[in-house]
Amino acid sequence: MARAVSYNCIVEAVERLCIEAAHRLRPDVLAALEAALRRESNPRALEILAILLENARIASSQMVPLCQDTGLAVVFVDMGTEVLVSAPADRPGSTILDAIQDGVRLGYQRGLLRKSVVADPLYDRRNTGTNTPAIIHLTVMPGDKVKISLMAKGTGCENKSQFKVFNPTVQTSQIVEWIVSAASAAGADACPPLIVGVGIGGDMEQCCLMAKKALLRPLDQPNSDPRYADLEQQLLTLINDTGLGPQGMGGDTTALAVLVEAGPCHIASLPVAVNIECHSHRHASCTI
Amino acid sequence: MADQGSGIVELITPLDQQVVRSLRAGQRVAISGRIYTARDASHRRLLDALDRGGRLPFDLEGALIYYVGPTPARPGRPIGAAGPTTSSRMDPFTPRLIALGLRATMGKGYRSMDVRQALMQFGAVHLAAVGGAGAYLSQFICQAEQIAYEDLGPEAIFCLIVRGFPAFVAYDSHGGSIYVKDTE
Repeated sequence: MARAVSYNCIVEAVERLCIEAAHRLRPDVLAALEAALRRESNPRALEILAILLENARIASSQMVPLCQDTGLAVVFVDMGTEVLVSAPADRPGSTILDAIQDGVRLGYQRGLLRKSVVADPLYDRRNTGTNTPAIIHLTVMPGDKVKISLMAKGTGCENKSQFKVFNPTVQTSQIVEWIVSAASAAGADACPPLIVGVGIGGDMEQCCLMAKKALLRPLDQPNSDPRYADLEQQLLTLINDTGLGPQGMGGDTTALAVLVEAGPCHIASLPVAVNIECHSHRHASCTI
Repeated sequence: MADQGSGIVELITPLDQQVVRSLRAGQRVAISGRIYTARDASHRRLLDALDRGGRLPFDLEGALIYYVGPTPARPGRPIGAAGPTTSSRMDPFTPRLIALGLRATMGKGYRSMDVRQALMQFGAVHLAAVGGAGAYLSQFICQAEQIAYEDLGPEAIFCLIVRGFPAFVAYDSHGGSIYVKDTE
């Protein structure tokens, strides 16, 4: 028997997630910044890392957003097959997708977050004024719950993301080199220390989606496959060895974490995507 | 300008060219006075106004433009989060503004060779505020008033009054850079 979850319950949950993500860094992100502060040897980098921690404290205690770019809302929904979200009487035909858009609109309005979405990329760059439409990725899972993860993705970093298809016979070292060069090319513009999401495999869109979904994983939780966990560590070391440091102004902390997700792909293909995330990793989730 | 032993250089706007010429990449500065916000869409409008021979909404002479699109202010506060956006997106517009008297720009990240040449030629400076520290930086902004292009929302031009606003000298007027690896 299906479990009914009200449309408004989804709207309110998404509204809350928008506001929470904009003001509170995840505990693992704060812990990674604190660990970097203990490890860092460059005086200017130390000053910047201390400012970032102070920024997080001010944001959550005074309810000022962590960053003025409160991002594009990217919403990942895992919907239980036994869940039924019915349309409210005054909105016949509306679905959970509409409820999420309503939640983002309310969250950005009531949370005093910046509206950063334009209606058309080329011919009508008019601000929609609501920060919608959000980007929604919906999948199904067994059970009677709905899991919603909301990432408020800033664009200084998103603009530096890259995708490349390698020959399947390529050496792993060449892929490693390309990923490190992508992070290095992102540099100061992407607000390091970075969090680097990597997708390997799938097809073009699946690969890019894996790179972004990798960012949902806690920073202190390595890939469950030890080979990919090793790859994550190797990439993190090499990216930090570039010496770019916080804000690209020098130091030991260029990235806080590298998170790799891999998936099956075509015999002729080896796609790799790098999704660059800034230190202000705004993500909140809930299960209804 | 007074170095008060802390290594922090106090900058007061409008900026004096001699003072700006004395700055070196890597120095910490604290800015006080009026500064102006502008980012992508408002830069386009500023340049369109110049092309038409029109007046700009503020005096460029000695001015500092801060690349920021703040979040809406909470009641009782002058502004919301107000950290820097990526400077390089303004590269195509900046040399012309510098030639007309703009003395400083502030954002995050790299600048083009053309911008760096203009800083050297006209005695201007590019400053970097800490990117992603929008809540922290908002504390140094005492007043904010929209002065042009209100229809652009967060991209409108604001006049800010700042006190001790912290930044680093990213590119000085002698070719120096704070960055470990520049893009060009």
